[in-house]
Amino acid sequence: MRDRGVIYTGLLVFLGIITFPMWHDWAAGTTSRGPDPVLPAQEKQCVAPLSTMRTSHMQLLMDWRDGVVRRNVHTYTAFNGRNFNMSLTGTCLTGCHTNKADFCDRCHNYAGVAVYCWDCHVDPKLARRSAK
Amino acid sequence: MKALSSLALVVALAALAFFLGRVEPLRVVLGVIIPYVAIAIFLAGVSYKVIVWSLSPVPFRIPTSCGQQKSLSWIKAGWLENPHSTPGVVARMALEVLLFRSLFRNTKAELREGPRLIYGERRFLWLGALAFHWSFLVIFVRHLRFFIEPVPRLVMVLDRLDSFFQVGIPLLYITDVTIVAALLYLLLRRLRDPQVRYISLFADYFALFLILGLALSGVWMRYFARIDVVAVKQLAIGLVTFSPIVPREVTSLFLVHLILLSTLLAYFPFSKLMHMGGIFLSPTRNLANNNRRKRHVNPWDYPVPVHPYQEWEAEFHDKIAAAGLPLEK
Ligand code: HEC
Ligand code: HEC
Ligand code: HEM
Repeated sequence: MRDRGVIYTGLLVFLGIITFPMWHDWAAGTTSRGPDPVLPAQEKQCVAPLSTMRTSHMQLLMDWRDGVVRRNVHTYTAFNGRNFNMSLTGTCLTGCHTNKADFCDRCHNYAGVAVYCWDCHVDPKLARRSAK
Repeated sequence: MKALSSLALVVALAALAFFLGRVEPLRVVLGVIIPYVAIAIFLAGVSYKVIVWSLSPVPFRIPTSCGQQKSLSWIKAGWLENPHSTPGVVARMALEVLLFRSLFRNTKAELREGPRLIYGERRFLWLGALAFHWSFLVIFVRHLRFFIEPVPRLVMVLDRLDSFFQVGIPLLYITDVTIVAALLYLLLRRLRDPQVRYISLFADYFALFLILGLALSGVWMRYFARIDVVAVKQLAIGLVTFSPIVPREVTSLFLVHLILLSTLLAYFPFSKLMHMGGIFLSPTRNLANNNRRKRHVNPWDYPVPVHPYQEWEAEFHDKIAAAGLPLEK
């Protein structure tokens, strides 16, 4: 029929869309190497075991926030007995992950999450620089 | 019974992936080999089906539509209901594909006291179907964040919109709520009404339970169990760049999600789900009604011996004249 050209074009467009990630990653030279977040030099152990942090750091932060703003609890006792002040910018980003761009942001860009915490919480490094 | 057996099949598949996913040597089978086989079956199967369909002859237009056909200039034609040109067909098709227009006209006949036959509108099927399909599409596009690096703008924007209400952490996606609600409604619709239940087949329930299992395993990973998303993305990119890896951090819960998806992909070309391609090839939707304006020649026409009236009259001329019947010549 005269319509075969249209049908095959449609089929090719569909196959192109389905396999688009393949063409894109091939053209962009993407490999399965991860985002390689830069770990802090001075500390060896996070506030929770690595595997927990990998999957659930956002929930830990929420627990901290609820503790601080709703229950007035400011101290978090880690699994290994160390105590931390429960603060996103004050503890995570000041004590250890001073390089937010190479740590948090690398992963979040990789995973395609737009973390909205930074609408309000300020990266202390940027705050210090603009204060100068 | 059909519902229970298809549910059991989906649960068995999920359980199989969950337990086999804990056996180290099998993780490559579940995470790499089966997905590759499934996507190959999907691509080849869909192409095969569409090509076979494209070979069917369509000798004339099928104007089964409720609009006035284009005819004399002073008779108003239904350009959308009964299009006579390509733009009209494209508009009708677009409304059908994007908004399920013919499903919007869904009616239900009911026998009431009297006996009286009542026809009523039945828009819930349309609403449920629309909610399900659009949610599926949005989730599909959002999932591209696992396959593409750097993540495209469009995917990020869609992600933002879908998590607009910023409920909880990780943010609740609106489409996660709508897809599960819509699937449950579509299932309930089949189970509740005895007539619909009677005509429902194993395949009808299987598709619903399979997609429900896929969505629920995703919801479980995101909101309840938590998984290492970075490791999953490494696996996904490994698959599409043909250098597959199964990182240690990928749990068997994710393999459940992946195996249900592989089942869906491999099952797709041989099931009613092929309506995804089929809708574009529906002759009552995609053909302009120009039967009387254009000559459509039967493409497989061959010469047939005919015996026209003139020859017949010549053959029996004398007999007709003798009987006193009128003659043309
Ligand atoms: C609308 C603005 C806003 C947004 C968005 C926001 N926060 Fe906060 N957050 C606050 C305010 C205000 C406080 C209280 C600060 C105080 O009491 O010192 C706070 C406190 C906290 C605390 C405890 C105190 C501290 O110093 O850290 C944590 C942890 C926290 N937020 C985490 C988060 C996380 C994680 C996100 C993103 C998911 C987030 N917040 C998004 C405004 C915000
Ligand atoms: C190893 C990679 C990695 C690192 C490093 C990392 N994150 Fe994340 N984070 C993720 C992933 C992946 C998600 C999204 C999970 C999902 O989609 O369910 C996420 C999500 C979040 C969320 C929830 C956002 C949302 O919208 O759901 C918050 C809050 C968050 N991260 C905070 C942080 C902060 C603060 C840091 C730095 C101190 C950080 N993360 C470092 C990988 C990482
Ligand atoms: C088209 C078929 C698929 C459907 C319908 C589907 C459905 C879902 C749903 C409903 C969720 C809940 C969270 C969300 O909406 O993002 C989810 C999460 C998830 N899916 Fe899928 N999925 C599909 C294919 C895939 C594939 C191919 C992968 C392989 C990489 C995958 C990986 C994931 C991961 C890692 C999550 C958790 C995301 C998080 O924690 O943020 N899914 N899926």
